Amino acid sequence: MMPFKLSLKNIKKSFKDYAIYFFTLILGVAIFYVFNAIDSQTVMMDVTASTKEIIKLMTSMLSGVSVFVSFILGFLIIYASRFLIKRRNKEFGVYLTLGMSKRKISMILFCETLLIGTISLIVGLALGFILSQFMSMLVANMFDANMTQFTFIFSSTACIKTIIYFTIMYLLVMIFNTISIGKCKLIELLHGNKKSEKVKLKNPFLCVIIFFISVVILGYAYYMVTIGFQSLDADNIFKPIILGVISTFLLFFSLSGLILKIVMSRKRLYYKGLNSFVIRQISSKMNTTVFSMTIICLMLFITICVLSSSLTLKNSLQANVNKLAPADIQLTKRVNIKEPPTEDGYTLEQIKNSKLGVIDSLKERNVHIDTYFKESVDVNIYHTESFTLGDTLGNLLKSIQKQYKFLKYDSKEDIMKISDYNLVARLYGNKEYSLKENEYMIVADFQSMITVRNMALKNNEKIKIFGHTLTPKYQECKEGFVELSAQHINGGIVLVPDEVVLENDKVYNMVIANYKADTKKKRVEVEEEILKQVEDSQNQTLLFNNTRIDIMEASVGLGALVTFIGLYLGIIFLISSAAILALKELSESSDNRERYRMLRKIGADEKLLHSSLFRQIAIFFMFPLLLAMIHSVFGLIFSTKILEVFGNDQLLPSIFMTAIFLVVIYGGYFLITYFCSKNIIKERS
Amino acid sequence: MENILRVDKIEKYYGNKSSLTKAIDNMSFEVNRGEFVAIMGASGSGKSTLLNVISTIDHVTSGHIYVLEEDITKLRGNRLNKFRREELGFIFQDFNLLDTLTAYENIALALSIQNINASEIDKRIQIVANQLNIKDVLKKYPYQMSGGQKQRVASARAIITNPKLVLADEPTGALDSKSSKMLLERFNHLNHELKATILMVTHDAFTASYASRVIFIKDGKMFHEIHRGNDSRKEFFDKIIDVVTLLGGDLNDAL
Repeated sequence: MMPFKLSLKNIKKSFKDYAIYFFTLILGVAIFYVFNAIDSQTVMMDVTASTKEIIKLMTSMLSGVSVFVSFILGFLIIYASRFLIKRRNKEFGVYLTLGMSKRKISMILFCETLLIGTISLIVGLALGFILSQFMSMLVANMFDANMTQFTFIFSSTACIKTIIYFTIMYLLVMIFNTISIGKCKLIELLHGNKKSEKVKLKNPFLCVIIFFISVVILGYAYYMVTIGFQSLDADNIFKPIILGVISTFLLFFSLSGLILKIVMSRKRLYYKGLNSFVIRQISSKMNTTVFSMTIICLMLFITICVLSSSLTLKNSLQANVNKLAPADIQLTKRVNIKEPPTEDGYTLEQIKNSKLGVIDSLKERNVHIDTYFKESVDVNIYHTESFTLGDTLGNLLKSIQKQYKFLKYDSKEDIMKISDYNLVARLYGNKEYSLKENEYMIVADFQSMITVRNMALKNNEKIKIFGHTLTPKYQECKEGFVELSAQHINGGIVLVPDEVVLENDKVYNMVIANYKADTKKKRVEVEEEILKQVEDSQNQTLLFNNTRIDIMEASVGLGALVTFIGLYLGIIFLISSAAILALKELSESSDNRERYRMLRKIGADEKLLHSSLFRQIAIFFMFPLLLAMIHSVFGLIFSTKILEVFGNDQLLPSIFMTAIFLVVIYGGYFLITYFCSKNIIKERS
Repeated sequence: MENILRVDKIEKYYGNKSSLTKAIDNMSFEVNRGEFVAIMGASGSGKSTLLNVISTIDHVTSGHIYVLEEDITKLRGNRLNKFRREELGFIFQDFNLLDTLTAYENIALALSIQNINASEIDKRIQIVANQLNIKDVLKKYPYQMSGGQKQRVASARAIITNPKLVLADEPTGALDSKSSKMLLERFNHLNHELKATILMVTHDAFTASYASRVIFIKDGKMFHEIHRGNDSRKEFFDKIIDVVTLLGGDLNDAL
């Protein structure tokens, strides 16, 4: 009973130190529950079968991410509890001198962990239960599911999973605690504080050198992911990451010494008010926390990138669907397959069937498009052996090839009649074009390809096609597309005057149409009927389809997937890093209390003390964030390049959203830390 | 002679009606400019409380304390801090130096919070470092210094603002006898050469014998007072011991 009583009293007494730890545990439990409960939250929803599949995929991915998250949280909890133990060395020293056995002290810690663990689990699960109701609204909103009746759902599987995961973490904490108590020596416990009083000052000259080295390394890593992006392939993608990590560490290693040196050399600034005190406080803290600062900075960097990229992706996906899938269905058929050996890999039946276009082959199956389609267009795409991407680039091929190594320069170009394209454009509501007999133009919407193609177009490259020589009408690609899609994937279609093409080189026949239906429900019905007709012998006829509903669902699903994973990881990382900082700051509160008492005695007024405390904590919180933000600028440039197909015009709002998350969570932790510290240094009368 | 400090019928009570402790019970005295006054008493006699109320760290229950005719018991908030900052200098038993700062920076802090510019700070530190013989420890951190050095640095911090009154709370409490002697000789130097007014609380007769006047207190009241006059330090020490003996067992720890 005695250890239990002692631990209860300890928790009550050091609640100020524990508050943030406690708060973080509760948040961790709640978030873990919320993201694992999505599965159960969506069971009640009225969604299509394919959406159900996507949700299933999402929940299984989220539970995979949960394992990773549990590692992060486990690390955080062990780290935090070791940290709190260190601060209580003296207390344990007193216990030992009183003749208490180490076993008993371990017992006290065991009880404390048990108490904290149990309470945080209960409170966290309760909070998680409440939050998950909001989550189900978010999920419903995202999947466009109508929540006919709102019901409170408690996920027992998620609850049990949370309890199991956190119990394991707490058990690990107990083991670590027991080990660290077993290893410690009484003399160190009693005089542990004295040791840390030594101010280790790094050689400022060395700091300056290390600082510049780290800046150079960092600059090179930044260069690799932005300007040198093209030469970055899967093999050396880790190079800039490793360089970034190393330089971040070196930067923090040298920063405290550097700043101290700079500010100290400016005597006016240094000997003004409490500046010397604040600077010393920060530098001594940063000296001892280089490693954690690095971790925190990197976690913040990942948070910013993951959150903004995933939100961008989600927003872009949704915006894209409306723009890039403006018709209900697109049926494409491979036509005009040549006999072997010209083209291999097709059955005789397929070759025979390929003589028919989309409409004819549907007719063969007694499907008349007029029954289903309100408006439709019938267009063709042509390929010719002698006209490849390399040919379009003309004289610039060599120099472009050097810069972009991974493009397929021998792939055949898609060619369309200008009149066909205009039919499609009219249906989509896009801009129509006209060409003179010796002109051509290119429509595209995939930014990287546009960049490449524009080089050639600017150079006025002539093309030779079907025996005609054509000059570009425009000095740049025009925006446009033909295929329904969720993303900007049109790498370029060459539009030529109608009389240029040879009908014999037709390769694809396409019918793009809108359904004869007004409501969403009806459209789904029409689609199901058509697809039933098309699907049964798809392999024989080589008939493919893209539908707006499919695209919509896939992109909503993908959007939801990345959003949830992004949110999950982002929030956990954010909480972890902010909690470590807050704990570091607060655990030194007893030292700080002494220091501020001294300052008060020599006459520093409250305002000065508070501003000094505020600046001290603010700078401590700002440093890792600042560097993380600089990292993120380059990280985001890199990620927008990778995610280009999805479009990146939505980056700003998502950065804004990320900033809100940062301000709320990180800023929240900062404020709590500040107010707790202020409370601790308050003069007691 | 002009008096710097006038303590006028002050009382300080602790506790509530049912169990009242009178830490200071109707005490009055004055300290003149340039005096070096020691206050002696056993533990629990109220000497620390007295110093606390004079230094405005604590408030009196009744009565008034005047520093240069200004009633400091009426001061509150930032005016109080301003008073502490500009009119008082503190020296504590446990030095109270900031462990993260060097000796130089510790001393400078007392001036920088008064918004004095850096070059002026440097000038004054050089002067005071000479007087207290701490020139060679200015660049060191507290953990690199001996107790005596730390206390001299703390003294330097206390007098660098040219305070009207220097308050010292058991300044030799944590020092060995050699360091104590050195510090007290520095105090005498400050008192004689710089005309600093010093009020020192101690329970050590040897320490008190460096003062020009010793006030004995017991149970929160003034018990006795002796002036050094033209006595040598040794003679004065003997006189103090006589009073201590008179006080009986209460001040045994003084011997």
